[in-house]
Amino acid sequence: MTGERVTAPTLEPASASRGSIAAFIFKKALISALVALVLFSLMIGIRTEAGPTGQLIYWTRFPELAGMVAAVFAGSIAVELLRLWWGPVGTVMVVPPKVQSALALARRAIAPLLLIFTFLVPVIFYQQRYILDLGILVLTYVMLGWGLNVVVGLAGLLDLGYVAFYAVGAYSYALLATNFGLSFWICLPLAGILAALWGVMLGFPVLRLRGDYLAIVTLAFGEIIRLVIINWQSLTGGPNGVSGIPRPTLFGIPLTPADDGLAAKLGIEFSPTHRIVFLFYLILALALLTNWVTIRLRRLPIGRAWEALREDEVACRALGINITTTKLTAFATGAMFGGFAGAFFATRQGFISPESFTFQESALVLAIVVLGGMGSQLGVALAALAMIGGFELFRGLDQYRMLVFGVAMVLLMIWRPRGLIGHRAPTVYLEHSQAISSDLVKEGHG
Amino acid sequence: MRVNCILSVDHLSMRFGGIVAVNDLSFTAERRKITALIGPNGAGKTTVFNCITGFYKPSGGTMRLTHDDGRAIQLERLNDFRISKQAKVARTFQNIRLFPGMTALENLMVAQHNALMRASGLTFLGLIGAPSWRTAEKRAIDLATLWLKRIGLLDRADDAAGNLPYGDQRRLEIARAMCTEPALLCLDEPAAGLNARESAGLSELLLSIRDDHGASILLIEHDMSVVMEISDHVVVMDYGVKIAEGSPREVRDDPRVIAAYLGADEEEAIAVMESGT
Repeated sequence: MTGERVTAPTLEPASASRGSIAAFIFKKALISALVALVLFSLMIGIRTEAGPTGQLIYWTRFPELAGMVAAVFAGSIAVELLRLWWGPVGTVMVVPPKVQSALALARRAIAPLLLIFTFLVPVIFYQQRYILDLGILVLTYVMLGWGLNVVVGLAGLLDLGYVAFYAVGAYSYALLATNFGLSFWICLPLAGILAALWGVMLGFPVLRLRGDYLAIVTLAFGEIIRLVIINWQSLTGGPNGVSGIPRPTLFGIPLTPADDGLAAKLGIEFSPTHRIVFLFYLILALALLTNWVTIRLRRLPIGRAWEALREDEVACRALGINITTTKLTAFATGAMFGGFAGAFFATRQGFISPESFTFQESALVLAIVVLGGMGSQLGVALAALAMIGGFELFRGLDQYRMLVFGVAMVLLMIWRPRGLIGHRAPTVYLEHSQAISSDLVKEGHG
Repeated sequence: MRVNCILSVDHLSMRFGGIVAVNDLSFTAERRKITALIGPNGAGKTTVFNCITGFYKPSGGTMRLTHDDGRAIQLERLNDFRISKQAKVARTFQNIRLFPGMTALENLMVAQHNALMRASGLTFLGLIGAPSWRTAEKRAIDLATLWLKRIGLLDRADDAAGNLPYGDQRRLEIARAMCTEPALLCLDEPAAGLNARESAGLSELLLSIRDDHGASILLIEHDMSVVMEISDHVVVMDYGVKIAEGSPREVRDDPRVIAAYLGADEEEAIAVMESGT
């Protein structure tokens, strides 16, 4: 950030003495260090282990404890100094117009540039299978994020069981393909429809619930689906999962080394990378479809009703909006995209089991939506890239990558409490579209 | 008489446990007229509103709404959003309930939800961008623009509703209710928190809604200058029952009304009531 800062005159303490500030910072750091000492004295200070005969062995690690407390002390001072440098809360940054226009240009350019880059990924990284696989993974989560964004970001309904629809989609395709030999392109819409039906089924009982209660019931729904899959052995194969799921075909042409395969038909040498590239573009197309439909829906009455519902449910009722169907369509739409993503997941893996559909997946997708800024399409894509791609990036850090992750989260909480892209773009405008500050946009109440 | 009245409330009662908020209330609201419902705080006015607009289910009594074409609807049989959708009764709220994170224009577009839903073929025609949908959307924007112009907010159409000044938000909420094209508009204290100039503007707006748009208005209001100036008929409530009704002048001089507002001291009450006109 460049530019000078303007502080509201009332916020500036009239010639606050340096001494009192230093004393305040020191006091705060001391308290933080004390809290750290209490916390870490057991966690780090004493190490316990079971001895060879089962007895308790413990030893002390005071140098490590001292180091940790010192780090907290120093960190607290650093954070306070950083805050002092930044200025009080509510400081308005005056950005020079030149920088402002450059920033606006960058903001406008980022989405198209990202899209072009995504299209070129298989060309640039053709030789690097790892990057391609990672790309597919990121795009899957982008799609899941965009799907959940309809429910959480637009309609403001907190859904902690989104993975259920992902599972329904995956098992729909897997079972239809392995039992009836239906092709991927027939199963894809079927998986979406089945997931949407489950969305409506979940929607009905939870219509009257709000906030925490809605979150708990959706969480339970996600678990129920997983438990049913585990226990209904005759249909789903239980914990063993479903294997031998057919790979997708390019409209009937398989991507195999066989004589009727794509490589043979085109007269080029077969390479397993062809299928990876195909999968990459397939999930890219599905994700873009999700994005396109969501953007369209936002500008249609149903999408506006979703957002109005998030803003004020009582006012919606007074305007004659049917809350029941509006909520159900939001659940169904989100679930449908989850189902599409699930079908893709099944065909990519070739094998699915209940282990892929744990609560952790729901939490991850929800984290992507919240991190991205609820309701923002670009924010969700960036968040998926950061969460999935970033997580892979720090794989070298081993057990410390969780730490990096935590630090990133804390920083985000401080500077971007409403997600990477917190503001809301209006769906219709007369003169010019101006972004609406996140302070005004409601998060929904359930 | 029957033909001319748009809303007739008969023996309406509303009990919350042991508390009787509205007790055997009967009154009528005439077509294309402004009917004011006044009374001291806690008289049960908002409860009556909530019964009429379907937010409460009355414990007893009937509410009949008669449309211009003679179609009669029993409001107590409809619930929730159907009051607005089928009976064409719109309302505003005592504490403004706009969609603060949406622009003024979007607020007015949301109000046209049901008409637009039909036009968009339950979303499917809209999704493929059918021409019929495009024209319907353009018409909806035109209607919204018209109302923004009427309330003097055209230049702030693209601003978030939550960013508008208080008086503008009040007017925007009325415009939003009018965008549902209601037969009966119920306003819950529209002048609350407005200054004298804004109140005068509000009176003008309500009169023009009655005269130019042919809407009937039912109004709860504490600002006596507004009530006396624009109402055609005033119903006075106290402790859940009707204590008087009539023209503004008749009501103003009614000793029971004066007593209800300011206890038994009538002289003091008269002084206050007259200063309000």
